[in-house]
Amino acid sequence: MKHEGKKLVWQEYQKEIADDHFFYARSCIRQTFFPGSEKVFTKILKDELGKDIYDSEHHTSCTGIGYHADAVPFETTMTVVARQFALMTEAGYENYAASCITSFGLYTEILETWHHFPEVEAKAREFLYKATGREFKIPKNLAHASDIIYKFRYEIAKRAKYRLVDKNTGKPLRVVEHIGCHYSKMFPHKGVGGAEYPYVLTGMIEAWGGEVIDYPERRHCCGFGFRQYIVQANRGYSIACSKKKFDSMEPYEPDMIITNCPGCPMFLDRWQYALSEMEGKTYGKNGNGIPVFTYEEVAGLVLGYDPWEIGLQVHQVPAEPLLDKMGIEYDPGSKFKGPNGEDLGRPIAPSYLKFYKE
Amino acid sequence: MSGAVEKVRFGFSVNKDRQIDYDANLKNVSDIVQKAEPTFNLCISCGTCASTCTAGKFTDFSLRKVILMVRRGETKGLENEITKCMLCGKCQLVCPRGVSTRNLILQIHKALKTGAL
Amino acid sequence: MNRKIAVIGGGAAGLEASSALTSLGFRVVLVEKEDETGGHIKNWHALFPNRRPGVEVLDALRSKLGSDVELFSGKTVTEIKPVNDRFELSSADGWKTEADAVLLTTGFSLFNARKKEEYGYGIYDNVITSAELESAFSTGKIAMKSGEQPKRIGFVHCVGSRDEKVGNIYCSKVCCVTAVKQAIEIKQYLPDCEVFCFYMDMRMFGRHYEELYKEAQEKYYIQFIRGRLSESTEDHTGKIILKVEDTLLGKPLKIGVDMLVLMVGMEPAEITKNLGTQLGLVSDSDRFLVSTDQHISANISEIPGLFFAGTCTGPKNIADTLADARSAALAIAGYFDNNHNKS
Repeated sequence: MKHEGKKLVWQEYQKEIADDHFFYARSCIRQTFFPGSEKVFTKILKDELGKDIYDSEHHTSCTGIGYHADAVPFETTMTVVARQFALMTEAGYENYAASCITSFGLYTEILETWHHFPEVEAKAREFLYKATGREFKIPKNLAHASDIIYKFRYEIAKRAKYRLVDKNTGKPLRVVEHIGCHYSKMFPHKGVGGAEYPYVLTGMIEAWGGEVIDYPERRHCCGFGFRQYIVQANRGYSIACSKKKFDSMEPYEPDMIITNCPGCPMFLDRWQYALSEMEGKTYGKNGNGIPVFTYEEVAGLVLGYDPWEIGLQVHQVPAEPLLDKMGIEYDPGSKFKGPNGEDLGRPIAPSYLKFYKE
Repeated sequence: MSGAVEKVRFGFSVNKDRQIDYDANLKNVSDIVQKAEPTFNLCISCGTCASTCTAGKFTDFSLRKVILMVRRGETKGLENEITKCMLCGKCQLVCPRGVSTRNLILQIHKALKTGAL
Repeated sequence: MNRKIAVIGGGAAGLEASSALTSLGFRVVLVEKEDETGGHIKNWHALFPNRRPGVEVLDALRSKLGSDVELFSGKTVTEIKPVNDRFELSSADGWKTEADAVLLTTGFSLFNARKKEEYGYGIYDNVITSAELESAFSTGKIAMKSGEQPKRIGFVHCVGSRDEKVGNIYCSKVCCVTAVKQAIEIKQYLPDCEVFCFYMDMRMFGRHYEELYKEAQEKYYIQFIRGRLSESTEDHTGKIILKVEDTLLGKPLKIGVDMLVLMVGMEPAEITKNLGTQLGLVSDSDRFLVSTDQHISANISEIPGLFFAGTCTGPKNIADTLADARSAALAIAGYFDNNHNKS
């Protein structure tokens, strides 16, 4: 592998990412899937980096799931998105930051559509005005939240308490990066590093001391893909996608998987459990799984945030082997305690996937 | 947390991968056939054999596909597939590359019986 | 006084046209941007379909150049100016000449395989181009980066050709037969190496090409899989994993190879594009230069006294290029005959 060759590709796909004053649009599903992630994002931006980030309680879903499942027509989607832009404009912001990959892809798709077909934009403006009386300005800068963390990766590294390094051997951790399909496959130039060798997560991993694994099924979908998951009968297709990736990455003995999409960490994490129950197969060493993280969680860990404060207890594949490898201090006893210290009980352990530390 | 674990019922199973995994597939049938009937290598997948084939009109039998499946090592179920041929020889008459199709079928049949084990 | 013709580019077309023009009684100024004439052929170890050494053809072309050809090498022509029925030419380094007519034989460039990012050229160690393999044949050393001999090689046809994603809708004509030729050569160097060609269509258009294809199957067991490569990746052992569809079986296929050869296509050379722009010549959506009539006057440009030969008007093999060069020489002779009759 020639690292220089990848660098040349990365140079081709540099995007502008705003420096400050973000209007933050949250994801529909991330707060239940990985509840600490968005909180970590706003905390890092505000407390660590001193940035201005506006968190609106009025914004809605972008309709992405409905749109991609053919339930919501494009005109409706555009009008809903126009309303999000109106909220941004009304709040006095110009830089739109999307937490969700599919939203980011959808905003990009809509902005591109409007760019090439101004009459479609005029229609969306008309629909929005008739429905809500609102008007909007097109965002000056559109970024996915991972772009923003990528932009500030070295600042985070400077403040880091831990690095993506095996504390015993000093060797970099072996990291699988998985990019959401809608991040750059539709519009390669809108993603850092493009579509074939995306750099957005790789840049973070490198800045924080880890080593990226380039495995054959790197580009394969995680298996979410909306339609194949939503109907139960189709889930065998979804889980087969995840399995294909695990089988392909297994020989590299990855320490962790980092993702930047709402669905990917959910499926790469939970399907490891389902696969272990169905086939008795686990993909880590000694019955462990491969821990899966969002990039915000990893940024939080690197900055020394408490693993249970950032929601790692809701992961199906336990994060502890990785925490131990990195030398992160944590209280194992607090894992299943609520915010006020109340005991939340213990989940039943899976049959094969190691869940409780011996 | 030990003791008898109830089998989890998910209501679905893992879909089978339909990608041909060339490196994992065995090519012994292909190797045997190639030696036994060298014109096996000459096929250009034009499909003339399959278009004239009597069996192909009423079943999904296609010699063109059979040849490719042997080549890729996708030999599972092929033994049954090949019995659909009635050895009439029309395919041999029309083949533009001079593939000895009748003997080829016999050799594939033989190799599947002996070589694939 | 003999008329003077400036021939721009000393590859196959330029060499052949120069000797043809001198035999028609013209004086020729042949301008080559590199230090040596020969163009792409000088980097080509053996030619299809008969695998004769490229240098044989080159020697023959060079030996035909008589004393009426004045050769200037290491000169990149940057400007051609029509002035009163004549042309003033100048190069980047200030060299100048004049001519009564100009023949562009500026040729092609090989497609930059890096543009097909998903194929991993310049990223994965054992992904090479057909041109690099040809150089390896000249040295007689076919090896992976580790120094080991490859046990399985894959050839990908149509890299940079028939691909609108890289802006090239056209077929480069010569890559299919080159792949077959190189596949056979691999088997001659490394008889135990398995060879696979991944193609969309086998375009064996020339004489003896189909025979070569048959020989590859019959004598060398080269396997042809109809399907275009979508992406390649290195696995943990360094093997290159290819994903294609076996389109004739209707199934996706995954295969590991030790070495991947990209059959890079033709694009108009930089100098072809630059001079075309400078002269205000029409080029097609494929960026090759356009003649006044594709069939009847393929060598004649829109500018009186300016002519084309070879691959500056589109992909050609060597035989067609040489025929085109001789045809251009006749077109130039015809141009002066007509002008003479008029006056």
